[in-house]
Amino acid sequence: MKLMKHYLKSFLFLELAKGLSVTLRYLFARKITIQYPEEKTPISPRFRGLHAQRRYANGEERCIACKLCEAVCPALAITIDVVEREDGTRRTSRYDIDLFKCIYCGFCEEACPVDAIVETDIFEYHFEQRGEQIMTKDKLLAVGDKYEDHIAECKAADAPYR
Amino acid sequence: MPEIHNYTLNFGPQHPAAHGVLRLMLEMDGEVIQRADPHIGLLHRATEKLAESKPYNQSIGYMDRLDYVSMMCNEHSYCLAMEKLLGIEVPERAQYIRVMFDEITRLLNHLLWIGAHGLDVGAMTIFLYAFREREDLMDLYEAVSGARLHATYYRPGGVNRDLPDAMPQFLPSKWRSQKEVDRLNETRSGSMLDFIEDFTKRFPGYVDEYETLLTDNRIWKQRLVDIGIVTPERALQLGFTGPMLRGSGIEWDLRKKQPYEVYDKLDFDIPVGTNGDSYDRYLVRMEEMRQSNRIIKQCVDWLRANPGPVMADDLKVAPPKREAMKADMESLIHHFKLFTEGFCLPEGEAYSAVEHPKGEFGIYLVSDGANKPYRLKIRAPGFAHLSALDEMSRGHMLADVVAIIGTQDIVFGEIDR
Repeated sequence: MKLMKHYLKSFLFLELAKGLSVTLRYLFARKITIQYPEEKTPISPRFRGLHAQRRYANGEERCIACKLCEAVCPALAITIDVVEREDGTRRTSRYDIDLFKCIYCGFCEEACPVDAIVETDIFEYHFEQRGEQIMTKDKLLAVGDKYEDHIAECKAADAPYR
Repeated sequence: MPEIHNYTLNFGPQHPAAHGVLRLMLEMDGEVIQRADPHIGLLHRATEKLAESKPYNQSIGYMDRLDYVSMMCNEHSYCLAMEKLLGIEVPERAQYIRVMFDEITRLLNHLLWIGAHGLDVGAMTIFLYAFREREDLMDLYEAVSGARLHATYYRPGGVNRDLPDAMPQFLPSKWRSQKEVDRLNETRSGSMLDFIEDFTKRFPGYVDEYETLLTDNRIWKQRLVDIGIVTPERALQLGFTGPMLRGSGIEWDLRKKQPYEVYDKLDFDIPVGTNGDSYDRYLVRMEEMRQSNRIIKQCVDWLRANPGPVMADDLKVAPPKREAMKADMESLIHHFKLFTEGFCLPEGEAYSAVEHPKGEFGIYLVSDGANKPYRLKIRAPGFAHLSALDEMSRGHMLADVVAIIGTQDIVFGEIDR
């Protein structure tokens, strides 16, 4: 009887048919794929993507060149030069992030005492030429200006946890 | 009559079945392996040396990149080693979160393994199904840490941030009506714990599907049964750990034998194999996924009932809350001190091991009292497993080498480190 069962099983391809029934069911099931880039998967407000520098509401840049981010960066991707401005405040004359070195750990954002450097949820960017991977201060501020509303929204959503 | 020589076949490092950058020199007699000689080092990034040059807290991100399919488990081991030397107590909620994410990581790892192993052996569909579930789990990673892979979420003294109360939502687009978006967002409407609970309810069904596809499948069995047999004695001698050891029938699991965090309070079983072949290791890992699911469910229940701090209350190790940092001078000093100098560990040494999805992952830390490790040694389970590749594949066919690499669950990030 056992032998019969064994032969029956092996000649009828039962286990293969069972497996195929699973795949057949999925053939007619609702698809789970999404139409990127027209639609996107949900992105968390904590997402760590492209960097940006923020400004205060009055247009003054937040960064005070304390160099905490430079010190904490594990990949040594941040380079900062400091100057004293005419009004006596301390500002950066140079703030470069090398995106090839950056490991997107988010420590710079964690370390920043004035919420100047942030990692946004932008993950679609590219470089066309050598040297473009260096995010200079102007570029960082430009990203920050462009997406300020969204950045502020994300940071506000995450603020209770920090 | 012409003399027949063995010939040497170079397998990898760009071979699609050689996981990552494995390069094998195979000495073949016809199609039978006489000797398999793994050449490693192509992904060497000197993590151990790199850690010696930066403060303790800055190396957490590099631990993710060791075994890059089970990120948080690596971090866990490193954080445990630091906590051991520091002698600080981790809040219970943080311990539960860590355990939950360790198990989520185990699912991530085993799902990738079943997908890649299936692909190696010739089953395509399983890969797509496994990645469907990985998507949900990586969304969890993203929701807590902000990164889908390299999380940098665990910290000495706890975890970086508490679990969020809301999951990110799908947004309407020209491809989907509001109704459809609502359907997609149904599982995401509650808190993160609700999302995880929903996943744990669905997941056993998915594992059943994988098993329907593979377990009894005759092709799958032909490729795995009696391939790469390791006896229990030999498995111990070779330094196997994790599913490789349990597949040989030895019930050894650090979560049970040397419980860390809250594993001793959780209810789960350790599956073991009987024959020590690839098929048994497959069955062990499938059962491990179900057990991990059980653990996650228990963690969710506990976490829901017990809010609390997720970071040790020790400003020498843990950064202060941002509000405090902005309002309070002493907190600000601690903040600056911590992010520039880090913290110093007392002189001494510590070894901490966790039950990583692949086996025993250990960090051996020697401190000379400075803010950087004097020496950091990583005990990677994959290294011991790969060393046994020669023994396991000898006498098998060329195609079986691929099955054995698959069953060993090789990831080069940890072997080459």
